[in-house]
Amino acid sequence: MTVVAGEVLLEARGVSKAFPGVQALADVDFTLRAGQIHAVCGENGAGKSTLMKIIAGLYQMDGGELLLRGQPVRVASPLQARKLGISVIHQEFFLMNHLTVAQNIFIGREPKLPGGILNDDRALNERARLLLDRLGVDIDPRVQVRRLSVAAQQMVEIAKALSYDSRILIMDEPTAALTSGEVEALFRIIRRFAAPDTAVVYISHRMEEIKRLCDQITVLRDGRRVASRPAGELAISEVIQLMVGREIAAGARPEPRAVGEPALEVAGLATPALLHDLSFTLRRGEILGFAGLMGAGRTETARALIGADPKTAGQVRVFGREVDIATPADAVRLGIGYLSEDRKRYGLIMQQSVSANIALPSLGRFARRGLLQDAKMDELASQLCQRLRVKTPGVRQLLRNLSGGNQQKVVLAKWLARDCDILIFDEPTRGIDIGAKQEIYGLLRDLAAQGKSIIMISSELEEILRMSDRIVVMCDGRITGVLDNADATRENIMSLATRFASKQRQET
Amino acid sequence: MSGFALKERYRGFVQQGMVLLVLAALFVFFSLLNPNFLTWSNISSLLLASVVTATQAIGLTFVIATGGIDLTPGMGMLFCMVVLALPMTAWGAPLWVGVLAGILAGAALGTANGVLISYVRMQPMIATLAMMLVCWGFALVLAGSKTLSLRDVAGFKDIAMGEIVPGLYTGVLILVGIAIVAGVLMTKTVVGRYALAIGSNKEAVRISGINVNRWEVLAYTICGVFTGISGIIMAAYLNSVPPNTGQSYEMYAIAAAVIGGTSLRGGRASVFGAVIGAVTIRTIYNGLTILGFEDAWQKVVLGAVILIAVFVDIRRRGGEE
Repeated sequence: MTVVAGEVLLEARGVSKAFPGVQALADVDFTLRAGQIHAVCGENGAGKSTLMKIIAGLYQMDGGELLLRGQPVRVASPLQARKLGISVIHQEFFLMNHLTVAQNIFIGREPKLPGGILNDDRALNERARLLLDRLGVDIDPRVQVRRLSVAAQQMVEIAKALSYDSRILIMDEPTAALTSGEVEALFRIIRRFAAPDTAVVYISHRMEEIKRLCDQITVLRDGRRVASRPAGELAISEVIQLMVGREIAAGARPEPRAVGEPALEVAGLATPALLHDLSFTLRRGEILGFAGLMGAGRTETARALIGADPKTAGQVRVFGREVDIATPADAVRLGIGYLSEDRKRYGLIMQQSVSANIALPSLGRFARRGLLQDAKMDELASQLCQRLRVKTPGVRQLLRNLSGGNQQKVVLAKWLARDCDILIFDEPTRGIDIGAKQEIYGLLRDLAAQGKSIIMISSELEEILRMSDRIVVMCDGRITGVLDNADATRENIMSLATRFASKQRQET
Repeated sequence: MSGFALKERYRGFVQQGMVLLVLAALFVFFSLLNPNFLTWSNISSLLLASVVTATQAIGLTFVIATGGIDLTPGMGMLFCMVVLALPMTAWGAPLWVGVLAGILAGAALGTANGVLISYVRMQPMIATLAMMLVCWGFALVLAGSKTLSLRDVAGFKDIAMGEIVPGLYTGVLILVGIAIVAGVLMTKTVVGRYALAIGSNKEAVRISGINVNRWEVLAYTICGVFTGISGIIMAAYLNSVPPNTGQSYEMYAIAAAVIGGTSLRGGRASVFGAVIGAVTIRTIYNGLTILGFEDAWQKVVLGAVILIAVFVDIRRRGGEE
């Protein structure tokens, strides 16, 4: 079927999708025209990836309809999406490192020699060569994928999409791992791909790139479409304004409070992969928010700080004393507790009891002449459960029977039992229902008032603004700004969070 | 406490109750088919035959609790037997020196396994497979591939075959003793708690500020000590150290642990279950022998029993996730 440039390729009408506790998409319209490079923007959790996953057949929508060239379609699976000509290039590639470029592109569709048993490698390489030529990239199809740069691997993914005769290419943050030269090459290829009868959906937080590459910008906020306009009509500041929406009421923001001496001072922290020269100070009794987009390096900062991942540089002082934190055991000894965003993986032992989980970091304290005193553990556990209002039938209850909010409180109890004075909360309310959220906020405020020093990493701007005394904003492994709550707005946080270093390089 | 929580809490006991029930059913089954089965002398020798596998299985529960595996109990036992016999046969050392040497050899072996797995980060299966060969080779070298006789060591045989309590072999009493000690280690001390926690979620334990490597090594060391003890009992039982001893024993030990409800995926382990598992295996062998089945068929039946035990474990885990 031939398609004329400008004709509607894909249309989503009134798409809705709910997950337990959250309306991810509400009545969203989205129109993609042939020849377009169409940017989709929004904060973390605005619904971008949910919408793309529905189009790509990974999720099923609750309401609304999808039309492909005017025909209603149901995309039941990724396989069907591909048959309909929709391909997705994810942030992480799905390539088999030990196979060659050509083998990766044609996996499952290898051309056979006559007889249909043996693979025809010559035809395979020839076809791959043709595809790569069409994209204008110079990659040898016989090379193993693991020998290629990240940028070249991305080209292979695009060639693979092309090989399925895809008309719609969805790209999720494709430039995250690329150097500026590679970005230019990618843009050339994207423009070449978006020929008259195809289109590209481009998801990115990098406003400069969007302005240079895209024709149309759709902005989502809280699961709703707030704008869809030609890129030429929208300034970057307008896009950010649309993404973040209204200010929250002044009364909901914390008043400036007196805080104590420095509890944790970090200078020049760096890791091999991501973090560059991070320096910040956390004071006693303070809640220091860490804001930023997904992948900005906030969790990595916490993990490097507590010795869970290796670091290449950085001095750390705890209450004025210079310390060396090489392992999580060192961090715990210094009274630093980390509450991971992934509680199930890094925080809790689901098949053990509430009491056993709370006592885990301090088991040594409960042993008398080598024997553990379960009664004492249970006593402390029930005290803490009462204090933190953990809802559980008893401290011997297995953790997996508790709700998300109560599990989070158990992780907190575990660190309080260990007398930690510095607490690092990574997405403390992720996956927790609204009522329990308020309780966690109350607990954080109480702990700060009692003199605990708290780092709170959060992807929700609202949460950052409601809770933090000061806000550290990160982008791409760097700290791009530190704001007092009184000076912070959604706009200035978001513009700091999208201040990519490569952009600055291009400007100078 | 709600009924649900109660159910959770006693789930472990229910599992062991099941194994006990199966064992009881086997007893009834075999004694109905052959009256010679349920005689005191048969039961008593059946229990004695279970001691070595039970001892090794108890040690293994600590390793399997961490999510690891140890293939050295069989050949490690042979190695420990040679090490404990040599001072007594070659230099005429007293009995206690031999016992101590056996335990220390086991501890050294277990620690070596643990260091390779924990600090050097080798796969438990491969590391202990290699160590199994090393033990086997060393045992043959040290013993000169000859049978070492312990007939001249006064009182050594009595460690297994004596009757402090008339009618009950000392070896069985020793097993009861070490099972109690191991049970306390597993449920009432830090090492057992950490071993189970590591097997459930190693990363969470690490982030909780616990030196995972150190406790993992200790679990393997404990396993090695029990391998050493099994060597002492085996040497006393045979009153000698034949160079062809120990083959396939690791398989029986692993099977005993699994039948007793210890999960090969880590995080769940039962010392009591390991003992019951070992007795179950011996009961199947003993019963089938009395009924006149040959050795080859006994192996097939035992294999089937292990498959059932693993299947039950998978089903149970499936329900948890």
